[in-house]
Amino acid sequence: MDPYVLKTLNEERRARRAAVLVTDLGDGRDRIVREGDHVAGDLGAAIAGAFRTGNSRSVEVEGRTFFLNAYLPRPRLVVIGAVHISQALAPMARIAGYPVEIIDPRTAFATPERFPDVALHAEWPEDVLKREPLDSYTALAAVTHDPKIDDFALKAALDARCFYVGALGSRKTHAKRVERLLALGASADQIACIHAPIGLDIGAASPAEIAVAVLAQTIHAFRSRGLETKGAVA
Amino acid sequence: MDESIYLDEARDPLIIAEGWMKDGKDVAIATVVETWGSAPRPVGSHLVIDAEGNFHGSVSGGCVEGAVVTEAIDVIGSGKAKMLEFGVADETAWQVGLSCGGRIKVYVERLG
Repeated sequence: MDPYVLKTLNEERRARRAAVLVTDLGDGRDRIVREGDHVAGDLGAAIAGAFRTGNSRSVEVEGRTFFLNAYLPRPRLVVIGAVHISQALAPMARIAGYPVEIIDPRTAFATPERFPDVALHAEWPEDVLKREPLDSYTALAAVTHDPKIDDFALKAALDARCFYVGALGSRKTHAKRVERLLALGASADQIACIHAPIGLDIGAASPAEIAVAVLAQTIHAFRSRGLETKGAVA
Repeated sequence: MDESIYLDEARDPLIIAEGWMKDGKDVAIATVVETWGSAPRPVGSHLVIDAEGNFHGSVSGGCVEGAVVTEAIDVIGSGKAKMLEFGVADETAWQVGLSCGGRIKVYVERLG
């Protein structure tokens, strides 16, 4: 392995950015491909698949064997709102492989008794996200219904290109939210990425059912990254 | 279940390999590049080895690391990468192998 390649790879991994290490198993030469880098042909298609699935594998291209080692940051889910839905969402998402953090400045909601074994911040999103910035391997679900708490986090999630952004509320509520986000400087294209009303349409009624719908939508967003039309999240 | 979303720098093989390199040590990196059947560590897993035989990470459940370390010291000396293959252990012959019944292919290369 090229020492510079190792250094670059570790930099990417430390910064929670995805990378694929491509090694020619014939001559040992290697290079780093970052998400979004253009690689042509069959090798490019295989690399795109490695980014999407996170699976590492060998591929044969034009008589050469390449090993593609995919290094994907661990996806996580940040939930704005320590509400009833979040109580169901946190353990379900953890089981599905998406560690959860919950942020809610309302100390009556954000209590360890209501959220055992969950990373919980009884603080404003502004303060928490300054310490732990969002990134493209983070999903954000805003479920407080309170613009004072949700709006900043939604704008931050769009700017950080979170792979999933969902917001609880009816179409009417969302229409008002769109106006506020535009006023905060979000573009119409960005706002179009918000899943609202939140969750896959499975007719969810109870808080736990809504949590299932949100989790399913999060997983779908993660597993279809890069498959939507280019520019959808640009 | 590992819940950390950040690298565990103290135990991450590739971070350790970079540290060794900065200390001026010779280093080899072993990577699982293929598995068949039940394999203890997934494709892409790393074991890093220095010239004294110190190692971090894993390519199996401890079944073949010893053999990989020996080969890695060779690779550090020659600079020539090697592809190793391990199958089911033959207990009577004391052969190195995987007791789980799987097979793995491990690529061993020198760093730099």
